Amino acid sequence: MTAYVVRRTAGEHPLWQRHGLVFGSLDIELTERCNNDCMHCYICLPEHDEEARRREMSTAEVQALLTEAAALGALSVRLTGGEPLLRGDFEELYLFARRSGLKVTLFTNARGVTPQIAELLARVPPLRPVEVTVYGMSAATYERATRRRGSYDEFRRGVKLLQESGVPFVVKAALLPGMAGEVAEFEEWAATLPAMDGPPNYSMFFDLRGRRDSERRNETIRGLRLSPADGVRFLTRDRKRYVKQLREFCAKFTRPPGDELFSCGAGLGACVDAYGIVQPCMGLRAPETVVPLRNETGGEGGAGSVAAFDATRLRYALTEAFPRLREMRATNPEYLRRCARCFLKGLCEQCPAKSWAESGTLDTPVEYLCEVAHEQARDLGMLEPGEHGWEIEDWKGRVERI
Amino acid sequence: MSVSAETVYIPSDDVVAREIEGEIIIVPLVAGIGGVDDELFTLNETGRAIWSKLDGHRTLADVVAEMAAEFAAEDDEIERDVVGLVTELIERRMLVAV
Repeated sequence: MTAYVVRRTAGEHPLWQRHGLVFGSLDIELTERCNNDCMHCYICLPEHDEEARRREMSTAEVQALLTEAAALGALSVRLTGGEPLLRGDFEELYLFARRSGLKVTLFTNARGVTPQIAELLARVPPLRPVEVTVYGMSAATYERATRRRGSYDEFRRGVKLLQESGVPFVVKAALLPGMAGEVAEFEEWAATLPAMDGPPNYSMFFDLRGRRDSERRNETIRGLRLSPADGVRFLTRDRKRYVKQLREFCAKFTRPPGDELFSCGAGLGACVDAYGIVQPCMGLRAPETVVPLRNETGGEGGAGSVAAFDATRLRYALTEAFPRLREMRATNPEYLRRCARCFLKGLCEQCPAKSWAESGTLDTPVEYLCEVAHEQARDLGMLEPGEHGWEIEDWKGRVERI
Repeated sequence: MSVSAETVYIPSDDVVAREIEGEIIIVPLVAGIGGVDDELFTLNETGRAIWSKLDGHRTLADVVAEMAAEFAAEDDEIERDVVGLVTELIERRMLVAV
């Protein structure tokens, strides 16, 4: 019998491989505000920051953006923040996205999940698991990270509502002080969640503030980062699995990148921040790399000065601005001496976004990430003590050592 | 599952149909259709031609007649395709009778 309707896995469909114009997924930061005040967070603003709220995209602006993304062929949208559930119009925006034929990935701390939201997610499923970040398995650990009394109970209540409503969700964690002692409990719980298809992901090599807005907070974040040795120790706790993954990854992605600045995927997709500015990726906010959707007029700022919101500039960003950006070449002599010649570049998390957050330029080596990559390389046998990735001529032979 | 020649069919409110670069993509809206992570539905070439006519105005007989006028195929083959697609779409809750 002929099958007229064909079931497809989104990423495998030739449509998204054949056509240059369409893209797979759009990220939208609905707000930078958050009901937590996590010590390590690269973006959060206070929940009741009225100035931030006033500048956020309106309901109609987000809807115009979703419509444009769908017109460009996006299959899914990631709603993130800040805490996206803080938006009073979250349900309206979520339904609009789903009615536009978009799958939705929701990043949340789950504190704002109400019975109404859980029911909505059950009735109109996002078609992607909700992603819940966990900061601890006890109130003491959780609230040490979030710095909000009562947040743990709200997180637990939110998760329970998702479970009771049958909403698929996965969990991930930030490896903050205290959490290390609760990893076993966390992973045991994670393994019971039907939507988890492997061990949870962790953030541990924390990013600095994405807007370069607080040196005080950056100092705190630096203090919370795992040392490279501790990070590798954690990553290798299931050594067999880790080595297998890294062998495959390094065979594919490690190579000296030369002066090509964007060897990552930045600009192939897009992220729109809470104020309607299209970024090449979630992390890269350097003014020279972004495309505003708002046509700001007057010098007073704020919503009152918004003359027009032109969602079609998303197309311009994807088809003109970002391809041009991706042609950029590194010029920093230190980058050219080290990163450009380093075969660990695929392993290293240094990228224009992280460089910008750390130093305000797009092509500065990030010492911490360099140390992490070298620690990993030594652990995997790719480097001897004292060697650097940029000094190795026969780097392919080193990758084969794994 | 039997379909009727005189019935008018229309895409269900339970799905969202999108046309992207000539492809019809059917995305489930409510629970119980597909539902597995990262799945979407597309139509084969025959399905695409028929789908555009299932607009809530044409009867199934109209659709068959129009397809017969547009495509060089035997009438019974066209009818089999139209009925086959409509049956499958109804079973998948992607199409409803008006």
